[in-house]
Amino acid sequence: MADYRQIMRDGIWENNAVLVQMLALCPLLAVTSTATNGLGMGLATTAVLLTSNLVVSALRNIISNEVRIPVLILLIASIVTLVDLGMNAFMHDLHKVLGLFIPLIVTNCVILARAEAFASRQSPAAASLDGLMTGLGFTLVLVVLGGVREIIGSGTLFSHASLLLGNSFSFLDITLIEGYRGFLLMILPSGGFLALGFLLAGKKWLDLRKQDREAEATRRAKIATINAMSDEEIMQQGEPS
Amino acid sequence: MHEPNQIKPPADSKPTGGIKQKMAYHPALLGGIALIAGALLVFADAGTKGEIAARQAEDLRASLTQVVGDDVHDNALLSDTIVLHAPLEFSDASGVKFYRARKDGKVVAAAFEVVGMGYSGEIRIMMSVQTDGTIMGVRVIQHAETPGLGDKIEARKTDWIKRFTGLSLGNRTEAQWKVKKDGGEFDQFSGATITPRAVVRAVHKGLAYFNAHRAEILDTKTLPGGPDAEVPHG
Repeated sequence: MADYRQIMRDGIWENNAVLVQMLALCPLLAVTSTATNGLGMGLATTAVLLTSNLVVSALRNIISNEVRIPVLILLIASIVTLVDLGMNAFMHDLHKVLGLFIPLIVTNCVILARAEAFASRQSPAAASLDGLMTGLGFTLVLVVLGGVREIIGSGTLFSHASLLLGNSFSFLDITLIEGYRGFLLMILPSGGFLALGFLLAGKKWLDLRKQDREAEATRRAKIATINAMSDEEIMQQGEPS
Repeated sequence: MHEPNQIKPPADSKPTGGIKQKMAYHPALLGGIALIAGALLVFADAGTKGEIAARQAEDLRASLTQVVGDDVHDNALLSDTIVLHAPLEFSDASGVKFYRARKDGKVVAAAFEVVGMGYSGEIRIMMSVQTDGTIMGVRVIQHAETPGLGDKIEARKTDWIKRFTGLSLGNRTEAQWKVKKDGGEFDQFSGATITPRAVVRAVHKGLAYFNAHRAEILDTKTLPGGPDAEVPHG
């Protein structure tokens, strides 16, 4: 019924929440001053997206159309609060790093958008996959944007990664440029906008290049078939367009 | 003609009945979901409250250990406290709690929490002062400052906060208790001046309060492990 491969492609790349749908720019620009913050926020958002899509999809037959928005917001806010409480109690160290950003997830429009546009119409399995993939796509952009801003802004990459992932990941913490004095603009929100602009342009360029290549490939295929045809066949078909 | 007419009424009444049903259905649905969500949150809160309180107590103990080293005292800091009702900026309604560090029964230092107003809300700071009024240590225990800019006040990110150790009102003048931008001697961070300014100000105020109420804070009559002594409006 649902095309799972298409869901995966859409969530991560082709219909990426940030790069294509231009959603969730507020948390995106607020937390991506380092790659580690981006990763943490991305993973927390993914967890909420997965849960909210699953719950909304499971309840989709009893939620009436007229009150769906308040019901969805209520569900999402409750899930975020549960995640917040659970993390505070059982993953306290992680919560100390991410605690500031967790309540922000409620205001993340991607979650409401996926619940409304996808989960309320699809089976729980498809909706869960969509939540996971959309979340991973969001995480990807957060990490890339955080990484770019961190490298240019502070000369480091994944600084304080061990606070988020534990000491075994401290190797991720790299100082790329020793004695770098920092480029403040990139750490401030305005730098986030700039970096996001370049990221969007990059995505557009990749898409256009892919389009060109496909067009080129079809043209070549056409020429090849024409070359393979005998003169008689060409005469029969008339002039190739 | 007869038959369709007979069939029609039930077909007509069904949607109207459905809408009526639906009119009640919406609030019931919303209320029901709110009830379930509320109940879930209550359970989750009850289930995690103890755990969170325990973690926070651990945090408190950890932040106390950071400002009062294990080698300078031999008592249980958490149980040897005194609360002063200080109508000051840095205290909340319940007053300031002073944790006294004793060595062989003698008070050597007191640790307490001060609050500064940073760029985005309160910055909670734990500081400890020796009996002679010299700062033993300062640590930020909670804040909501901008990640990457203002969070350099955390000891695990930079050494900035350790700068306070050894300072007192005696060895620094009033004018020196400021960030460099304001003519003082504390570094600000590029892009974040409000945050360090708030910390310096809060620590300075805390130190001044300690000096003014030294006798009450260090009052040795309260036995270690005894109940909290309340001194109204010290």
